[in-house]
Amino acid sequence: MMKGYLMMRFAGAVLTVLLTTMSGSAQTATAPASTSRTATAQPWTKIPIPPLHAFKPEQPKRIELANGLVIFLQEDHELPFINGTILIRGGSRDEPANKIGLVSLYGQTWRTSGTTTVDGDKLDNELENKAANLETSGGTATTSVNWSSLKDDFDTVFTATMDLLLHPNFKADKLLLAKRQIETGIARRNDDASEIANREAIKLVYGATNPYARQPEYATVDAVTLADLKAWHDKTVVPNGMIVAVSGDFNSAAMEAKLRTAFGSMKRGTLISTPDIDFTAPEHAVYFADKNDVDQSNVVIVGLGTKRSNPDYYALSVMNEVFSGGFGSRVVQDVRTKLGLAYDVGGSFGASYDHPGIFYVIAGTKSVSTVAATQAMLAEVEKLKTEPPTPNELRKAKDQVLNSFVFHYDSPEKTLNEQVILAFYGYPPDFLDKYKTGIEKVTSADVARVANKYVDPSKLAIVVVGNEAQITPKLDTLGKVTDLDITIPPPPGHPTK
Amino acid sequence: MRVRGVTAAMLLLGIALCCAAKAQDLASFEKRTTVKVLPNGLTLIICERPEAPVFSFFTLVDAGSADDPQGDSGLAHMFEHMAFKGSTEIGTTNYPAEKVALAKVEAAYAAYDAEFRKRVGQDPAKLERLRKIFNDAQAVAEKYVIPNQFSEIAEQNGAVGINASTGEDSTQYFWSMPSNRLQLWAYLESQRIGHPVEREFYKERDVVQEERRMRIDSSPTGRMVEQLLATAYVAHPYGRSGVGWESEISQVTATEAEAFHKKYYVPSNIVIAVVGDVKAATAMPILERYFAPIPAGPKPEPMTTIEPPQFAEKSVVIREATQPFYIEGYHRPDYRDPDDAVYDAITDIFSNGRTARLYRSLVRDQRIAAEAEGFSGFPGEKYPGLFAVYAVPLPGHSPEEMRTAIHKELDRLKNEDVTDEELARFKTRARADLLRGLADNEGLAHQLAEYQTRYGDWRELFRQLDRINAVTKADVRRVANKIFIASNRTSAQIDFTPPQQKSPEPSKLPTPRTPTPAQTGGAK
Repeated sequence: MMKGYLMMRFAGAVLTVLLTTMSGSAQTATAPASTSRTATAQPWTKIPIPPLHAFKPEQPKRIELANGLVIFLQEDHELPFINGTILIRGGSRDEPANKIGLVSLYGQTWRTSGTTTVDGDKLDNELENKAANLETSGGTATTSVNWSSLKDDFDTVFTATMDLLLHPNFKADKLLLAKRQIETGIARRNDDASEIANREAIKLVYGATNPYARQPEYATVDAVTLADLKAWHDKTVVPNGMIVAVSGDFNSAAMEAKLRTAFGSMKRGTLISTPDIDFTAPEHAVYFADKNDVDQSNVVIVGLGTKRSNPDYYALSVMNEVFSGGFGSRVVQDVRTKLGLAYDVGGSFGASYDHPGIFYVIAGTKSVSTVAATQAMLAEVEKLKTEPPTPNELRKAKDQVLNSFVFHYDSPEKTLNEQVILAFYGYPPDFLDKYKTGIEKVTSADVARVANKYVDPSKLAIVVVGNEAQITPKLDTLGKVTDLDITIPPPPGHPTK
Repeated sequence: MRVRGVTAAMLLLGIALCCAAKAQDLASFEKRTTVKVLPNGLTLIICERPEAPVFSFFTLVDAGSADDPQGDSGLAHMFEHMAFKGSTEIGTTNYPAEKVALAKVEAAYAAYDAEFRKRVGQDPAKLERLRKIFNDAQAVAEKYVIPNQFSEIAEQNGAVGINASTGEDSTQYFWSMPSNRLQLWAYLESQRIGHPVEREFYKERDVVQEERRMRIDSSPTGRMVEQLLATAYVAHPYGRSGVGWESEISQVTATEAEAFHKKYYVPSNIVIAVVGDVKAATAMPILERYFAPIPAGPKPEPMTTIEPPQFAEKSVVIREATQPFYIEGYHRPDYRDPDDAVYDAITDIFSNGRTARLYRSLVRDQRIAAEAEGFSGFPGEKYPGLFAVYAVPLPGHSPEEMRTAIHKELDRLKNEDVTDEELARFKTRARADLLRGLADNEGLAHQLAEYQTRYGDWRELFRQLDRINAVTKADVRRVANKIFIASNRTSAQIDFTPPQQKSPEPSKLPTPRTPTPAQTGGAK
């Protein structure tokens, strides 16, 4: 039975409009640290919890070739499939400012064009007839090639994968097709209020021209040529900038031999270098964009987050759980459960691998409660500094992280992905073990210390997208309001509307 | 725990390993899947998949938005939210006292509601007084509440992916947990199915209104789709908003939610599937211990409404300042129809991947759409739903062009046979997709519960391949000719219309009336 929902993909962004189901995510939580409450029998506390079955996931086999290429192999014989990924250093953060969209266009055009011997359209038929996939895509820090097939089709599909990697044939008609996709995304980017709010918030926290925040425009997409795609390919596809990860129903020794043959002859090259990027926290201010066809305001409060390599990452992770980690968190408890001001509410003190993540608090609330909801969200941020977690909150937060820890590695694929990501960003392979130990040691004082060190309400931008005519009290109750200009710059050569 | 010995595997050669791989067919699932129907009618399915010390469950209640009572659209969804509010034992400091307080809340609300709904002679002062009594009663009841204790126990015990969803056909609850918490989960799940308490109902109603604003009112495609369904159906509840009309959500009561639970959450209307590191021999008695005591109840009577045949084309045209869109739908029979797999074939040939006809025609060759797809069983499949086709125009192209191009493809399906390659590809992919879904506790629990509910036997998950393999080119053409006709069509589109010239400083405009949900309700 097929599912009846619409998936709309514009320019790499996936918008899922659930037409048949309404999920009740963020279903609320948090027991206030009540001491007066004498809970009743609590029969669940008497239910025995036996020790968890011993489980040590098999780690992938790591192989490094003489040319610098790193391979990870993860056998998994449950199903007769083999899946692979080639991760290639260099992504949209490295593309020139006047050609934003280049890496996305590259990711689309690479596969749809095909190779010097097999046309992309023909490849579509050959692969889909086998229920196999071979896709390329462009990301922020990497581009990638992914393939998947029944194991009996591995040799054919892997041959096509290598052909695509080594002999791409970028074509003008496919570049044009990709450009039209991105242009559709640009034309539609102001239709959805939450999309506007998120985009503008990221621009405010990182800076509008920051490589992690900037947006493709008609002009920057228009500027990308076939030569740019070829040059990008030649520059980035070097073995010392690549990680190959294969999982599935194979024998590692046999697979290693195949991969050594396939990749061993590639010549080392110069690695793409990501320039140092400056990150400055935003100023505390209120930013607004009007959208007169909505009856709900999207509120996003943002500041700079941190990196995972920060020694305070563990304490910040526990702080996150207390603050916004699901049903039991302060933000959900207050804004949704206690005040009933929002359905979709959440937040996180974000941590990325090699650049600061984003600290955000987000909620959608009816127009008239915009100010009240924003104030409630800000109050929770403030409370992080003034009210350290109670012993009960700390225990719940740590229990939540530690008792669900097995879900970091409950499938061979997750174990593999973890090692690939750690290797890519130069983290130690035992990062997850260290994380667990680190969380176990966090105290309430640690959380209080990091909250005071990293959470600064004077460096948080407040972004509101909503229906100005309906918002009462007015937004300036929160402070000086700056109107955001979200006008879409017209394509080159077109007059302004 | 992974039982395939690593040492042993290393000693073997590739060929031996390949044969050691588990067979993923019906026979292998027969061996590790156990079904038990309890005396109260509740169906339990346990599927052993001991790959890691975790399990997932999927509770499927065979009642959804289509079962909302007339005038109470959104009730099934409202109840789904309430299922996280705890039970007589969870989320309360003193249930006997809370029960008394909640009864007072209901009485106070009924008094307020009666005055509010007076068409003639409503007394504003009295209404305000009654509202205050209602608010005070809520405040008293809230004193006994331990907010979100139910979810919190689950989270603290390592549950991930805690969620639920309400569809037109059914309501489902699911999460994953470490396998040593199976008994704790059985307790929690049996509590909310057997002993729910409608606490904090009226605050949650506000939360649901926000959900409606997010999904429908503030979303151009959300608004469009709600209108498409409301137009396509004249009698069957598939035409009603699943999240509920704003006026009806704003007036639904805890008493009505309780009645909905009593009628539809009877054990005979529920299937629960558990998949993962569980042994049926030891787990089944634990599950029975918690689920068997839930009192039996009569299975709800089947719905009598059948959508009458559509005899005239209908269309909705939305003119507003958002980007254009086009969607159309054709009525089709429900999932039990002998041609069900033929609709799957059409969906695959129309929409799956870059070989799909709509992609090749509208996106690749004509370059008029960013995306175009068809899909079946919308908004549900338990009752006759729609086969829908949509297209997202590229800048500079209109919904009319989408419509013309889609109709051309539908005509092709009616007038020419699909190719052997297309039909073979559909069958190959159906088999591979089924296989790909078998190594995932959560997905598997969902599939088993769904097939057990819809066909009375989870084995249909595998047997459906026989029906898929039997689809012929003639079947596709016959079915296309049967449903893709103008009088069976309803379409909806957004035509971009430039915004009205705004006053240069809109913030200086006087503020219009601010509607509040309680003021806009109509009679039920």
